[in-house]
Amino acid sequence: MLPRFWRKIKYRYDLVGSYCENCQSFFYPPRNLCPHCRRRSKIKEVPFNGKGKVLSYTVVHDAPEEYKDEKPYVIALIELENGVKVLSQLVCDPKEVEIGMEVKKAFRKYGEDGASGIIYYGTKFVPAGHF
Amino acid sequence: MHKVAIIGVGCSKFGEMWDSGFRDIVISAGVEALEDAGLEGKEIEAMFVGNMSGGRYLAQEHIAALIADYAGLAEFNIPSTRVEAADASGGLALRQAYMAVASGVHDIVIAAGAEKVTDVGNPMDIMISSIDKEWEGFVGATLPALYAIIAKLHMEKYGTKEEDLALVSVKNHKNGALNPKAQFRKEITIETALNSTYVAEPLKLFDCAPISDGAAVVILASEEVARKYTDTPVYIEACSQASDYLAIQNRKDILTMNSVVVAAKQAYKQAKIETKDIDVAEVHDSFTIAEILAYEDLGFVKKGEGAKLIREGVTELHGDLPVNTSGGLKACGHAIGATGVRQAVEIVLQLRGDAGKRQVNAEKGLALNIGGTGATAIVTIFSR
Amino acid sequence: MKVGIVSYGTYIPIYRIKVEEIARVWGESAEAIKSGLGIYQKSVPDVDEDTATISVEAAREAVYRANIDPKDIGAIYVGSESHPYAVKPTATIVGEALGVGNDFFSADLEFACKAGTAGMQMCIGFVKSGMIRYGLAIGADTSQSKPGDALEYSAAAGGAAFVIGKDPIAVIEETYSFTSDTPDFWRRELQPYPSHGGRFTGLPAYFRHVTSAARGLMEKTGLNAQDFDYAVFHQPNAKFPVRVAKMLGFTNEQIKQGLLVPYIGNTYSGSSILGLAAILDVAKPGDRILLVSFGSGAGSDAFSIVVTDTIENFERNPSVWDKIEKGVFVDYGMYLKHRGKIRT
Repeated sequence: MLPRFWRKIKYRYDLVGSYCENCQSFFYPPRNLCPHCRRRSKIKEVPFNGKGKVLSYTVVHDAPEEYKDEKPYVIALIELENGVKVLSQLVCDPKEVEIGMEVKKAFRKYGEDGASGIIYYGTKFVPAGHF
Repeated sequence: MHKVAIIGVGCSKFGEMWDSGFRDIVISAGVEALEDAGLEGKEIEAMFVGNMSGGRYLAQEHIAALIADYAGLAEFNIPSTRVEAADASGGLALRQAYMAVASGVHDIVIAAGAEKVTDVGNPMDIMISSIDKEWEGFVGATLPALYAIIAKLHMEKYGTKEEDLALVSVKNHKNGALNPKAQFRKEITIETALNSTYVAEPLKLFDCAPISDGAAVVILASEEVARKYTDTPVYIEACSQASDYLAIQNRKDILTMNSVVVAAKQAYKQAKIETKDIDVAEVHDSFTIAEILAYEDLGFVKKGEGAKLIREGVTELHGDLPVNTSGGLKACGHAIGATGVRQAVEIVLQLRGDAGKRQVNAEKGLALNIGGTGATAIVTIFSR
Repeated sequence: MKVGIVSYGTYIPIYRIKVEEIARVWGESAEAIKSGLGIYQKSVPDVDEDTATISVEAAREAVYRANIDPKDIGAIYVGSESHPYAVKPTATIVGEALGVGNDFFSADLEFACKAGTAGMQMCIGFVKSGMIRYGLAIGADTSQSKPGDALEYSAAAGGAAFVIGKDPIAVIEETYSFTSDTPDFWRRELQPYPSHGGRFTGLPAYFRHVTSAARGLMEKTGLNAQDFDYAVFHQPNAKFPVRVAKMLGFTNEQIKQGLLVPYIGNTYSGSSILGLAAILDVAKPGDRILLVSFGSGAGSDAFSIVVTDTIENFERNPSVWDKIEKGVFVDYGMYLKHRGKIRT
C-alpha cells in the first residue's frame, strides 16, 4: 500500500480535486480525464473549500477490521459548496447527525498499516460549529 | 442475429458448503445442466464463466481453464473465458454466451457462474472490493454502508420506511422456504427482521444478503440447434448491459441506478415489450433497498414509489408481479459470481413450469443482475 | 527589523476526563489530587487524533488567519515528545497538508515540553537572517502516562502553531534560553511511558530553569516584572506556575489569562504556548508578555513579546478559552480506548 497511498496524499490530506477548464466542471476524487469532455479535457488541480452539508449518511456498526476501534462511526455523503459530492467519515455523535447539517473538513488519522507500518492520514469532516 | 434459446439449466445448493470445494460445486451444477439438456458434454463449443474473485478467495486465477478442465471440456480444448463485474459476473457470463450464439460464432455454449467463499475467514472483506476501494473503501465505507446511505436518502425523500425494507426480506424468506436449493429455508416474521442488529443504519442484518458458496449453469443454443434437444426451449429475447460511475459520490443521483434504467430500456426495446408484459422477475436484492430501487429503475413503478409495491403485496409469490420467487439473494443465497446465472435458472424453471411449490403463471420473465452499488447492470428478458 | 508572531492557531481535542473519574478507578482521593495539582480535568484526543493531526489543525488555523500563501512558508519545525513516528518527521506531514510545496527547511524537535518554543527561536533566526520569509513553529503533544501513575491526572493533548515573520501582530523583542543537563523527567527509547524523579522535578529542574531563563531575559532587556502586562509559564500543574510567578514578582492577575492547566491539563509541548495564545486572544497593542517554557532534561526558553497595532485587524475568534469551554466528558474505559492503552 505504500507507494499507492503516497501517490495520492496531496488529494487526501486536503480536498484537492480536479477542474475541467473546457466544460467548467469540478470533480472529486481527482480524474485524469473529464467524463464529459474525454479527449477534449483540460484538467487542472484545484483545492476545494472545506465546507459542505450532509446529503445522506449511515452509521456503520459492522466495521472492517482496520476500523473496529472507531465503531460505530458515521459515513456521510457531503455536498461541498461547489456542488461536488464527497464520501467521507463524519466525526460526530451518531445521534446528532442530520441530513442537511453543515460540516467542515478536518485532518485526521484514517488508520495504519499495522503497529510498525505507515500511518494513513486524510480528510474527515466535523460539524461546522466544532472548534 | 440468431434467436438464442436455453436448453438446460443446473444449480447447486447455495450456502456454506463445507464439504464441497470450488471444483465440486461447479461440476455438480454443470452435470445437472447437461442432464437437463440431454447432452453428453462434447457438444459444448465454448464456455463463459462468471467468478468475482477466485484470486482472493482461493488464491486461484485462471478459473475458466480450471473449470473447463474439471468439466471434461479441456479434453476438447474448447475456448473458456472468465468474466468479472463483481457480483454481476454471472450476468456478464450469460451475456457473453448469448452474444456468442446470437452472432453465430458458436451454436452451443455454457454460461456458468460460481463462487467458493467459505475457504477464507471473512468473505465480506473480499466482497467489498466491488466498491471504489481507493476513495470509498479508504474512508471506511463498506458495501452495506453505501447501500445504507442510499436507503437513508430514499427514506428521507420518498417516505420509505424500515418496515418496507423488512417486508422485502420477509417475502423473500417465504419464497426461499419453497426452494430446495435455497440457503435459508425458514420463513421469518417482520419482527425478526426489524429487531435484528444494525449493520449500517438503517440496514439491519435481515436487510443484507449472505455471501454464499454456489454455482449455476445454463446451456444456450441457437434456435435451430435447440430444437434437437428440447421441446420446451426458453428464449432470451434480450440481454442488455450498462455501466455507471463506480463511486456513488460521482452518480448523478444516488437514488437512481442509471445502469439499470439504461439496460432495462434497451432490453424492453429489443424484446419489443413493456414493463406490464413481465410476469415474473428475479432482481438483485443484495440489500433490501436494492429490490425497492429495482422496482423503480426497471420501470415497474415511478421513482420513489417502490415501497408501495411491497406494501401492497404486488410482488408476493401470488401477486400481480412476483419478484424473487427463488427467495432472491437474501434467502436463496448470494454466491456472487454465480448469482446472475442462478437468476436465469429460476426464470427458466418458472417459464417451463418446473418451479415446484413456488410455481407462478408466467410467459415472460426478467432477470436483473447488479455489480456492487450499481456500476454494472445486466437485464435479461426471457420468454417461452 | 520587527520580527515576531505574524499569526497563531491552536487546537485542543474536544474530549475531557475529570480527575474524579481517574481517581475513582485507582481508589485515590479526587479532592486531594485536585488540591495538590490544581487540575480539575484534562483534554483527551479522539481515537483518530495524534500529534500530527493536532499540528495540522493548529497550523491551518494560523495560516488561514495570517492570510498568507502557504508556499511562502520557508521553514516548518514541529516540537513534541509524542511524535507519531520515532523516525519520520511530523513536520513533513504538516507541510504536505498545508500545501507548502517542497521549498522549505524542516525537522522535528524534541526537548520535552519546550520543543515548540525551541522551534520558534529557530524560525526567528531564519527570518532575521533573511533566509526565509515566514517560518512555522508548532508545539503539540498527545503525551502518554502510565495507568495509575500521578502523571495520568495531568498528561493531556493539544497544540499551538505560530507563523514567525516580519510585520508581526506581536514582536518578539528578545529571547534567552537557560539550559543544563538535568535528568528530572525522561523516557528511554522503546519504553512506552516516561519516568521522573519525583520531587527532584521541582527545585533543581522546573524552578531553577524557569527562574534562570526569566531572570536572564530580564537582565538582557533591562526589564522587570512590572514592565509586563502578562506572564505565562510552562504548566505541568497549577501549583508550579503560580509559585514561580510569585518568585519572580508576578501577580495572579498577570498570569490568570494564560493559566489553562486546571481545565485542559498539561499539553506538554503545547503547554506554555497555548497559554501565550490565550493571552494574545485578548491582548491590546502595546501589551508586553513574558513567555517562559520549560523542557525536562532540562531547559527554559524565555521570550519578551510586545503586541503591535496590527493585532486589531487580526481574527482571534474562536479564542482558546472558547475551545477550552467546549468539552465532552468520557469515562475511564473510553479514555483508555482513545489513548490506545487498550486495543482490539
